Amino acid sequence: SLPNSLCIVHFLISFSPSRNEDLKEMLESNKESLKLEAMKRVVGLIAKGKNASELFPAVVKNVASKNIELKKLVYVYLVRYAEEQQDLALLSISTFQRALKDPNQLIRASALRVLSSIRVPIIVPIMMLAIKEAASDMSPYVRKTSAHAIQKLYSLDQDQKELLIEVIEKLLKDKSTLVAGSVVMAFEEVCPDRIDLIHKNYRKLCNLLVDVEEWGQVVIISMLTRYARTQFTSPWKEDGVFDEHNERAFYESDEEKTRDETEAKPYMMDPDHRLLLRNTKPLLQSRNTAVVMSVAQLYWHLAPKNEVSIVTKSLVRLLRSHREVQYIVLQNIATMSIQRKGMFEPYMKSFYVRSTDATHIKSLKLEILTSLANEANISTILREFQTYVKSQDKQFAAGTIQAIGRCATNISEVTDTCLNGLVLLLSNRDETVVAESVVVIRKLLQIQPTQHSDIIKHMAKLFDNITVPMARASILWLMGEYCERVPKIAPDVLRKMAKSFTSEEDIVKLQIVNLAAKLYLTNSKQTKLLTQYILNLGKYDQNYDIRDRTRFIRQLIVPNDKNGALSKYAHRILLAPKPAPVLESAYKDRDRYQLGTLSHTINTKASGYLELSDWPAVAPDQSVRNVEVIEPVKEWAPSLGKTGKSKPAKSSDDKFYSDSGEEEEEEEKGSGSSSSEDGSIQSILSVRLHILQNERVCPESGSDAESHVQKNSSQSSEESDKSSSQSEKSSSESDSEKKERKTKTPLQKKTVKPTAKDGYHTIMEHTFSYSHWSTLCVSLFTQLCPLSLAFPLQLSGPAFVPEKSHDLLHRMTGKGLSAQYQFPRQPCLYQPTMVSVQISLTNTTDHPLEQIHIGDRSPTGLNIHCFNTIECLEPEASVTVFIGIDFNDSTQAANFQLCTKEDHFSVSIQPAIGELLLPITMTELDFRKLLGMNESSATITMAAENMTSQPISRPVATVANLGMVPSSQDNVHRFAGKTASSGAVVLVTVELRESSTALITINTEKSVMGSMLLRDLKLALAQT
Amino acid sequence: MINSLFLINPSGEMFLEKHWKSVVSRSVCDYFLEAKEKALEPEDVPPVIHTPHHYLISIYRDKLFFLSVIQTEVPPLFVIEFLHRVAEMIQDYFGECSETVVKDHMVMVYELLEEMLDNGFPLATESNVLKEMIRPPTILRSVVNTLTGTSNVGDTLLTGQLSTIPWRRAGVRYTNNEAYFDVVEEIDAILDQSGTTVFAEIQGVVEACVKLSGMPDLTLSFMNPRLLDDVSFHPCVRYKLWESERVLSFIPPDGNFTLMTYHVNAQNLVAIPVYVKQSISFFECGSDGRLDVTVGPKQTMGKTVEGVMVTVHLPKTILSINLTATQGSYTYDNGTKLLVWDIGKLNPQKLPNLRGSLSLQAGAPKPEENPSLNIDLKIQQLAISGLKVNRLDMFGEKYKPFKGVKYITKAGKFQVRT
Repeated sequence: SLPNSLCIVHFLISFSPSRNEDLKEMLESNKESLKLEAMKRVVGLIAKGKNASELFPAVVKNVASKNIELKKLVYVYLVRYAEEQQDLALLSISTFQRALKDPNQLIRASALRVLSSIRVPIIVPIMMLAIKEAASDMSPYVRKTSAHAIQKLYSLDQDQKELLIEVIEKLLKDKSTLVAGSVVMAFEEVCPDRIDLIHKNYRKLCNLLVDVEEWGQVVIISMLTRYARTQFTSPWKEDGVFDEHNERAFYESDEEKTRDETEAKPYMMDPDHRLLLRNTKPLLQSRNTAVVMSVAQLYWHLAPKNEVSIVTKSLVRLLRSHREVQYIVLQNIATMSIQRKGMFEPYMKSFYVRSTDATHIKSLKLEILTSLANEANISTILREFQTYVKSQDKQFAAGTIQAIGRCATNISEVTDTCLNGLVLLLSNRDETVVAESVVVIRKLLQIQPTQHSDIIKHMAKLFDNITVPMARASILWLMGEYCERVPKIAPDVLRKMAKSFTSEEDIVKLQIVNLAAKLYLTNSKQTKLLTQYILNLGKYDQNYDIRDRTRFIRQLIVPNDKNGALSKYAHRILLAPKPAPVLESAYKDRDRYQLGTLSHTINTKASGYLELSDWPAVAPDQSVRNVEVIEPVKEWAPSLGKTGKSKPAKSSDDKFYSDSGEEEEEEEKGSGSSSSEDGSIQSILSVRLHILQNERVCPESGSDAESHVQKNSSQSSEESDKSSSQSEKSSSESDSEKKERKTKTPLQKKTVKPTAKDGYHTIMEHTFSYSHWSTLCVSLFTQLCPLSLAFPLQLSGPAFVPEKSHDLLHRMTGKGLSAQYQFPRQPCLYQPTMVSVQISLTNTTDHPLEQIHIGDRSPTGLNIHCFNTIECLEPEASVTVFIGIDFNDSTQAANFQLCTKEDHFSVSIQPAIGELLLPITMTELDFRKLLGMNESSATITMAAENMTSQPISRPVATVANLGMVPSSQDNVHRFAGKTASSGAVVLVTVELRESSTALITINTEKSVMGSMLLRDLKLALAQT
Repeated sequence: MINSLFLINPSGEMFLEKHWKSVVSRSVCDYFLEAKEKALEPEDVPPVIHTPHHYLISIYRDKLFFLSVIQTEVPPLFVIEFLHRVAEMIQDYFGECSETVVKDHMVMVYELLEEMLDNGFPLATESNVLKEMIRPPTILRSVVNTLTGTSNVGDTLLTGQLSTIPWRRAGVRYTNNEAYFDVVEEIDAILDQSGTTVFAEIQGVVEACVKLSGMPDLTLSFMNPRLLDDVSFHPCVRYKLWESERVLSFIPPDGNFTLMTYHVNAQNLVAIPVYVKQSISFFECGSDGRLDVTVGPKQTMGKTVEGVMVTVHLPKTILSINLTATQGSYTYDNGTKLLVWDIGKLNPQKLPNLRGSLSLQAGAPKPEENPSLNIDLKIQQLAISGLKVNRLDMFGEKYKPFKGVKYITKAGKFQVRT
């Protein structure tokens, strides 16, 4: 019914204004449903492109409506017409300003979105203010919206550029994957020349890339391509040698050798350059064709030549996509294949034409096949071309003939074959085919005219049957040019042409004049009269070009006395040897444009096209990309879905580069933390490890070390107060972390075997309690980890540590070795994304067990920080060790092997969901602001004792490692934590209600974890 | 990036327009309409047109042109990919993508477009997110809406965009938890006159229909993943696990989606399930010709070949045809010269045959080239490459889902040259 009514509305609006009055009335009525109906009709008008601007006053009144659907429609209307009704539009501004302060992030974002879409210059200051505020909003979604708003404001008022650049600079530092794509887009539009803003964010952008949404990936990749071309030196000079066989000849020349000698320093790829190549590679598997193309062009423009071919397969895959995608991809392949035949030759058959392909697809495939042709495959390609020549699509057949011509010139072995094939085509029934053949034959003959008088004769014979003007003109030109090779036929042809001159097309006439002049010069005896006759005909022709040409030729060849100066050169002018035409691809010079761009497609510079610069001869300072805080912290949203991806597979050939990258990053790390008593922390760390590994075995120890350690720890915990959250680490950093560990190993090794000789043994009096352990760990941890500043999440100590330990290995199955594990609920020392697990090993046999260590693990990617091999465990002795496991925020069990010298036992650790969390502290205000993530909730009936006897925090803390958030309401309890692996915030609210019911709400982006945690909490609170 | 979008029907009527930046006059489409006039078929309209002030990037799909207006440099594939997403979104919401459907749901389509882009840059393109904001229409809901005056706009504030798994909506509940996977393989092939394979390859796709409650975390593994030569994934798939262990690990979107596409590395060793014996000949003198086509099963791995169909674009000079089919039926459209022979199931004992005479227009010359035959076919319960799903595991939820895998082989672009 709606479309019908729309049609009626539409009809009436165009003819009677009264219907608009009706809409106005509806909009002004008190009934929501009427208003809604009216707004739907209005938006329908807009969608059809009809003018509905006169309803503005009536519509704008509803901007503050409570009804969300109505409000949305009003927004749609406002955005469309505000520009035309500026004064009235201002009425709505205050509504948006209010909404910008709303506690809900989604409302703030949508207000900013609409406000910035109202293209009214007078509100520029308001927009500017709103953008600035939104750019420092807590919610990354709002910050994303502000990045979009920057571009809108810039297009409205370019004078704001400087201020906007400041905002862009701020947002570029943002660590959220949500923001990255949008702010880079703003950067590209507002200040693409400010490359300096990228330096500090370069590594972060590279590392975030896989987790950014697909559209943002395209924008970031294209920006980084441009960036890399200004910052790194060319990787091409060296390995050009290994590349294409046709380039080799050039490089192997003597010149090269001398150059090599002068260029003593071999090329070393900047580790940042390598980082970009490595981190974009997985995106070749994206389902989004634009992403795949952008990675392909990045490799084309940035990768060493021998690596570019990894993109081939993915580009060929895109050819199975939609027709329009094929078109763009084929264009790019056409450009690539001219320079690098080898890349696509193995996939030649993917470019075979099907009769169902669209015309532009066919001609592009033809283009590529021609470029790919070489001595080895030419026979296959020509066979394929034979099929195409017969195609019903004559345009395509003509294109094929041109392609054959190109093959013939490029590959001298087949020139004769091609020429013969083309001559056969001269008897084709189709005019276009014949014409095209003649033209191509003409070009080929020009290249090697000597042996081909037979072909010229053959063409002369066919001349009468050929009607296409271009073909006739070509044959005549050939006759004239090579008249000395066909001395008998040429005058005869001229005789025939003299007869038909008046009925020929203009281009043919010109060539007749041409032929006559040439014959006059070479064979004037036979043709003098004919020539004069033709020149007379031309003199009175209707076309002025022909009259001009005739006059010129006459003066040149039959001069009168006065102006014969030129005529002695006539022979040289007309019969000069002419260079053969070069048959080359239309895509030859397209590589001046960045591949994948619009400019490349249209072969002209599109407005806003950003030039790709040449490689600098000397690399600019590399250190500009160093950042003090090197962690690419994703304080908000590292996805559960993709965290796995962010660690790119390391292939052996990457090794060299990635290693050097790590070294550098490690150095930075060192310099970053040296300010905070780095040395002492290291030593505490080793002492601590030592103590831990020995505490069960050596019950007596001195007390000095402890106090020393504690002093240090209290000092460092003070420092940790000003710092904040944990962060997910990128692959390279986890690598460097490992390295760091390696450097520590010698220290630890000494301490592995409990021995009385060791100096430490005297200072250990009693075992440390957990609380000591905890303060120490927290303080160490917070110092070792550079912290995210954008949004402080303060890590707190655990509220409760469960005593419960679980069996890891029963002594029966472990042949006497028994193992138990428990979760000490401490941030892991080794790597903050790990969950630390305490394992107690006991030897229940009567002989010592040697070399206890962790063996194979599954899944193989599982990241475990193992304990150091225990060289020997005496009978009846036990030892406690700590390991760190990166569970990747999933409750999937970690399986690994516990090995002794003789045996290995498969064991597995299954974490409860609550153990994957780390407690954080925050204020109640922050807590409320963060609500609005994925929410799971349930109402339960509380067990009686939970209501009364103990604070609600107890059972919650038992289930999950969460921190308490102070609450201003008695019946509402709040808990906050974050996941260990990705640092995603987890918020739990327990609201006690009447009749012993309670509402549990969990807000987190990790929806899986949310629902699992909810289930556990329900169990814990409802029972006992 | 994308300034405006126009939807245009084949006759050139612009029936919907949407602007994300300043309004661009619809006269900009004139350049496009001109190009459309020039093109013989709608498919031949160039996807990128350069006008003095704008660039027009268009796709033709489901008998509709989606024309976007661009003002500055942008990767053309970015726009093309987005336009196809728009078409898929319409298809997803309303069951089909057609002029009628768009006209019937004008306001909703407009609202969707509003959400999909912000300032011309994609904001929400995931179907799960969009559906949370604007609910797709159902018959029941439209009745309820009319009675109660409620609406299709989601009344909860959307949270999907805030999530790190934007492809899945929160709070999914089903009474029957099911996960179905269809492994669909298509054979692209070109055979020459003698039946020799000029070119053949297998393209596969794993289509999923997952209706599972909560936040299931699935792992799908294959018996023989080595077969897969080149793959592309839905964003939900964890790439690293595929690299290291060749398993597909993912949290699925709710509903239907394409999990992965793949290419099988078989060089030319692709099993061709049917053979075609054909002879199309025209007599040199007189205006007559003969057509004789037989289709038979070849390498079918013991399965039945169904849904066989042969499509031929006969030469333009054909005046009429007179054929008899031993099985199935044929249709011939004299306007488009399109001959379609719908065979159905192949019976190895009695091979279907289509033969008869073709008559040319008087005086027309004998056609140069014989038309090629396009073959359609379907084989149930078979993935021609031999790919097999090993198992599907679910983590994160406690219930037992119903799991199903189906294999189908189809002909893709399967062409026999004659």
